[in-house]
Amino acid sequence: MLALPKDRRHGTWLLLVLATGITCWVRAGGIVGLAAAAGTLAIAYFKGRLVILDFMELRDAPIIWRAVFEGWLLVVSILIFAAYWLSLAGRVDA
Amino acid sequence: MSAVTATRELGGTVARRLPGDRDVWIFIIAELLMFGAFFVAYIVNRAGEVRLFNASQLTLDRTLGVLNALLLISSSWAVVQAVCAARRNERGAVPRYLGLAIALGIAFTIVKFFEYSAKLGAGLTMMTNTFYMFYFCLTMIHLLHVVAGTVILTVLWNNARGGAYNSSNSKGLETGASYWHMVDLLWIFLFSLLYLLK
Repeated sequence: MLALPKDRRHGTWLLLVLATGITCWVRAGGIVGLAAAAGTLAIAYFKGRLVILDFMELRDAPIIWRAVFEGWLLVVSILIFAAYWLSLAGRVDA
Repeated sequence: MSAVTATRELGGTVARRLPGDRDVWIFIIAELLMFGAFFVAYIVNRAGEVRLFNASQLTLDRTLGVLNALLLISSSWAVVQAVCAARRNERGAVPRYLGLAIALGIAFTIVKFFEYSAKLGAGLTMMTNTFYMFYFCLTMIHLLHVVAGTVILTVLWNNARGGAYNSSNSKGLETGASYWHMVDLLWIFLFSLLYLLK
């Protein structure tokens, strides 16, 4: 039997599971468009940040290491959203 | 860089520490940059063929994607617990948590096998269209990382069975854990891009 001492990362696991469920619920409801995409990416960003800070333990790592990983997460999320937004603005086949 | 936990209160100051081996963190950064480029390449290509990507995405089994997301999230949690158990000198719990993480990683691979089988059985390959080229390439590259991570966890599990990890020796365990969490992090974005974003 695995012992489960008090650990905030049990809560992190629960948040990750709930966030996964929410994105799927939104998509299953047929909600599409810029707002839905923004929500999906925001939740992916939120989940990624939880993994980086709590699971990878970078919350209390030297600032430069935390900044590199949080920076990667932010830049990738912004680039994805920007390309998605541009695809809506200039789409010719949708 | 020594290897214990991230933060410790030391006389009122906070000691910031990087868990595990610094060289592996540099390797992880390189991996994230590579996958980041893949993600951007996918979304830029999607912008040129939105209708094709949306129609192809509908053929994916979202339930299996969700299942795999939950498997990796839970596996990452189990690895976190293994590291915590080592720091508490609960040597018996370390291999049990690692065993759980390995089982969940293997389950991810099995789910992916069934998913690929269904797609190939329906005549869908990476040559079908641009979406499927990205789908197969990105998920297969990620799957290779899952398999490699599972092998690493198995080595750690074997060491842990011999009582190798404790509060004064957890660097190797932390290093393997960091790699496994990266695999989890990458799937969060792959799942969102390939299965959800439309």
